[in-house]
Amino acid sequence: MSELLLAPLALLLLAGLALVSVVADRALLARAAGRRLALAELSPWPDVARLLVQRRRTTTAPDALLWRTGGAGLLVAAALMLAVVPIGDSVIADLPIGIVWFNAMDVLLWAFVWLVGWGAASATALVGGYRYLAQALAYELPLMFALTAPAVAAASLDVREVVAAQGDRWHVVEMPIAFAVFLLCVAAFSLWGPFRAPAGSDLAGGVLAETSGVDRLLLLAGRHALVVAGAAFAVPLFLGGGAGPLLPEWTWQLLKTLAVLLLLVVVRRRLPVLRPERFAEVGWVLLVPLTLLQVLVTSLIVLAEAP
Amino acid sequence: MNEDVVTTVVFVLLALVAVGFGFLVFRVDSMARATFALAVSFVAVGGILLLLDLDYLGVVVVVMMVMEMAIMAVFMIAYMMNPAGLMPMSMYHDKPRAMSIAVGTFVVLAGGALLVDWPERQGAPPDDVTEQVGLGIMGSHMLVMMGIGAVILSTIVSALVLASARSRYDRLGDDLKARPARDPIRGGVGP
Repeated sequence: MSELLLAPLALLLLAGLALVSVVADRALLARAAGRRLALAELSPWPDVARLLVQRRRTTTAPDALLWRTGGAGLLVAAALMLAVVPIGDSVIADLPIGIVWFNAMDVLLWAFVWLVGWGAASATALVGGYRYLAQALAYELPLMFALTAPAVAAASLDVREVVAAQGDRWHVVEMPIAFAVFLLCVAAFSLWGPFRAPAGSDLAGGVLAETSGVDRLLLLAGRHALVVAGAAFAVPLFLGGGAGPLLPEWTWQLLKTLAVLLLLVVVRRRLPVLRPERFAEVGWVLLVPLTLLQVLVTSLIVLAEAP
Repeated sequence: MNEDVVTTVVFVLLALVAVGFGFLVFRVDSMARATFALAVSFVAVGGILLLLDLDYLGVVVVVMMVMEMAIMAVFMIAYMMNPAGLMPMSMYHDKPRAMSIAVGTFVVLAGGALLVDWPERQGAPPDDVTEQVGLGIMGSHMLVMMGIGAVILSTIVSALVLASARSRYDRLGDDLKARPARDPIRGGVGP
C-alpha cells in the first residue's frame, strides 16, 4: 500500500473503531436499562451536533491555553500511538523502538489530563487531575513491565519484529499476566471503566466538570480513541498481529482489534470505580511484582528455547 | 526536497523551540506554565536526539521528562511560596545576575560548539548509534555502573524505610496480630 495513504487510513480506522465503541457502549447501556434498542438512541450524532453548536461555558480565571492544549492532547496521543501499529505489512512510522514510543505517548497523557484539570481553575476539575496522576503513578510501572515482556521475547522493541517473533504461538499464551495488565493499564490511561475516578461522578465529572461544547467533545472522543489505540496495540504485541487462517492479514488484525475493543467496552460499566488511593496499593504491592515475575518467566522461556 | 535540507530545517525549529521554551520558563507568571514550558523544551531536545538516529534515547528523554514535569508541577505548586499556585508569581530572584549567568553560560557553550575546530568525519556512523553512544560513554565501566545502579536503588529503598513514620508495628500492633491492619487508607491488598 502507498505510504501516503497509510496515515489517512489509520485516522479513518481510529474514527471508525471509536464510533463502534460508542455505539456498542450505548447499546449495552440501553440493554442494561431494559429498553429496546432504537437507532435514535444508538446514534451519537445528535450529541455530537449538540456539543458542536453549544456555546462554551468558562470559569472565572481559567488558563485557557493549558486547558485547550490538554483537551486536544488526548486525541493527538491516541493518533500518535497508532503510528507505530503495523497495518497489514506496512507501518506509518517505522521506528525501531515502537514499544517505547507507545509508552512515551501514554506518558504524555499524564501532562494532558492534568492540564485539563488545572486549566479549568475549578476545585473539582483540579482534584480530578490530581487523581489521574495518583492513578498514573500506580499503573505506569506495571504497564512498562507488561510492555517489556513481549519485547524480551522478541529481543526487539520494533513492533513488527514482535509480530514476526510470535509465529504460531501468540505471546498471550506465554505471558497472560502481561496481557491482562496491559489491558488494565489501557483502561487506566483512558479514564475508562473502574479507572474513571479522575472524571468520576462523585467529583461532578472531575476533569470533565467545567468543559463544554467542542472541548468536551474532544475529551469524550479522546477517551474512546485512546481505548481504540490500546486495543489496536495489544493485537501485534500479544495476539499475533495479522496471523490467522484463510482470511487476509488485515482482516484478522481488524477482527482481533474489534474483539479486544468490545471486551474493554463490555467491562466498562460492569466494574465499580476503584478509588485511586486503594488502586495505588494494588499497583505497587500486587501488579509490580506480578509483572516482574512475568518478565522473569518470559526471559527463562527465551533462554530455554535459545539454540 | 533534499533530505539534508529537511533535517536542517527540523533541527533549527526544534533547537529554537528548546531554547525558546527554556527561556519562557522564567518569563511566564504561573507555576503550571513554567513547568510545562520546561517539559516542551525537553521534548524538543528529545526530538533533536531522534534526528541523530538515537531513537531510544530521544523517546526515553520524552518519557522521563514529561513524567517528571507532571509530578514536579504537583510539588512546585504545593511547596512554592505561592499557595495553590493560583496567584501569579515569577520564577527568578536576583534578576540581573541570574540572567547574565544564564545567558553567559549559553553564549559560552554555544560559541564553543560553533568555534571549535571539529575534526573531519572518518568512516560512516555505525548501524546502532545508541549502542555506540553507550559504549562510548560507559566503555569497560558498564558492569560497574550496573552494580552502582542496584546500590542506588537499594539506598533509595532503605532511605524510604528509615524515613517512613509508620512501621509494621503501627499497622499490625505490637504482636503483629491485629486484623484488619490499621492502615490510614483501608482496602487495597494485604491483611
